[in-house]
Amino acid sequence: MAPTRIVIVGAGLAGLRAAQAARGAGHDGELILLGDEPHAPYTRPPLSKELLKGEQTAADCAFPGLETLDAELRLSTPVTGVDAAAHTVSLDGGETLGYDRLIVATGSRARPLPGAPSRPDPERGVHMLRGLDDARALSDALARTERLAIVGAGFVGCEVAASARARGVRVALIDIAAQPLVPLGAELGARCAQLHRAHGVEVHLGVGVRELGGDGVVLADGTTVAADRVLVALGALPNTELLAGSAIELAPDGAVVCDATLTSVSDPDVLAAGDVVAWPHPGAAGERVRVEHWTTAAEHGRVAGANATREPEERTAHVTPPYFWSDQYDVKIQSVGFPARAERIEIVESDDAAQPPRLVAEALDFAGELVGAVTFNHARRLAEYRRRLAVEYA
Amino acid sequence: MKVHVDMNLCQSHGECVLVAPDIFDLGDDDVLTWTEDVDESHRAEVEEAVNVCPMMAIRIED
Repeated sequence: MAPTRIVIVGAGLAGLRAAQAARGAGHDGELILLGDEPHAPYTRPPLSKELLKGEQTAADCAFPGLETLDAELRLSTPVTGVDAAAHTVSLDGGETLGYDRLIVATGSRARPLPGAPSRPDPERGVHMLRGLDDARALSDALARTERLAIVGAGFVGCEVAASARARGVRVALIDIAAQPLVPLGAELGARCAQLHRAHGVEVHLGVGVRELGGDGVVLADGTTVAADRVLVALGALPNTELLAGSAIELAPDGAVVCDATLTSVSDPDVLAAGDVVAWPHPGAAGERVRVEHWTTAAEHGRVAGANATREPEERTAHVTPPYFWSDQYDVKIQSVGFPARAERIEIVESDDAAQPPRLVAEALDFAGELVGAVTFNHARRLAEYRRRLAVEYA
Repeated sequence: MKVHVDMNLCQSHGECVLVAPDIFDLGDDDVLTWTEDVDESHRAEVEEAVNVCPMMAIRIED
């Protein structure tokens, strides 16, 4: 029987695409999209780049297509709990809302620095970057920042470093790992570190953080990295507190444990999309993975939204190889597949003399089979690898 | 229908090339090229390209 009411929790990219896909798959019942932020659905990649550099505004980040969505969009409406047996969600404020099918697309939040406040505190010079309000606060603050210390040299940390340099701010980039962008492996990570150094960033690798002090960041070895502002960029945690204590199984990291169709293994009426999903992927030998990329959130939304209109045996699996990109200075890094799972990453083409530099690298497993690819400024080649892996996983 | 790409926004992600290879292409220089006048029979794939573009750079004009 077709579901009468589909409720989607989370009005980001995954939630929006799920709503569009449910309608596209013929859902003609109620469709309710709940967002905890006051903002209508917006795209996040510019938050660490174009928005911080002042090249785009919040209005540029808004997704088009809301006027034709035909869904009830309720903003500033956090969901506090789910009762899977009763098929209801509890809203902040006490209201209870019933559903036939539920899609959890609540995304993730910035992982705090142990011992430091769990929320950003821009007044005290401590930032995190996840949402539009975080980006605005950081962008405003950069105008009066001399030295920015970034704790965590992952994608957000590295992109903010490049954006802050573009605004003339002095930047220190700190990570406990031996290189930035750990998933890309040692050699590409070293090139990335070199890229940041060449742009005047002070790079501190292989050293942890003891505490955030009044004058900057105190490292584990006792040295202080002077800074009048700090960005904590230590990755993200899935927002699944709403499911704590429910019958829906969560992985140790908080992800919703799903099957290949993005359906909860605990309840066929609960699906998930985006950062919160742990699902088995053919590119990871069938093991469950959690992927935080923009493109995966969009693809998950389309799959979960369509699947929510169907009975479990009619649902389709999500098998597309994960794709992400990162823009740092004049380098566009692109990746497909699971380079972090590779036994080695082999550079098959490198043109350092080119301006900007170009590079193609293959991620290979123990048997020498391709499990992913990474390019610097080589979009056409990356698209070829995407096509190749997509055919393999299909 | 007419297909527009805002080349000030396009960053050559190649999403459109993957979902609508008959319409969009990336050259050796990574610059996107595309067919502007597209037959109605390609509408579904072009609409998908609009949806998957991370830069929201593609527009269809009927």
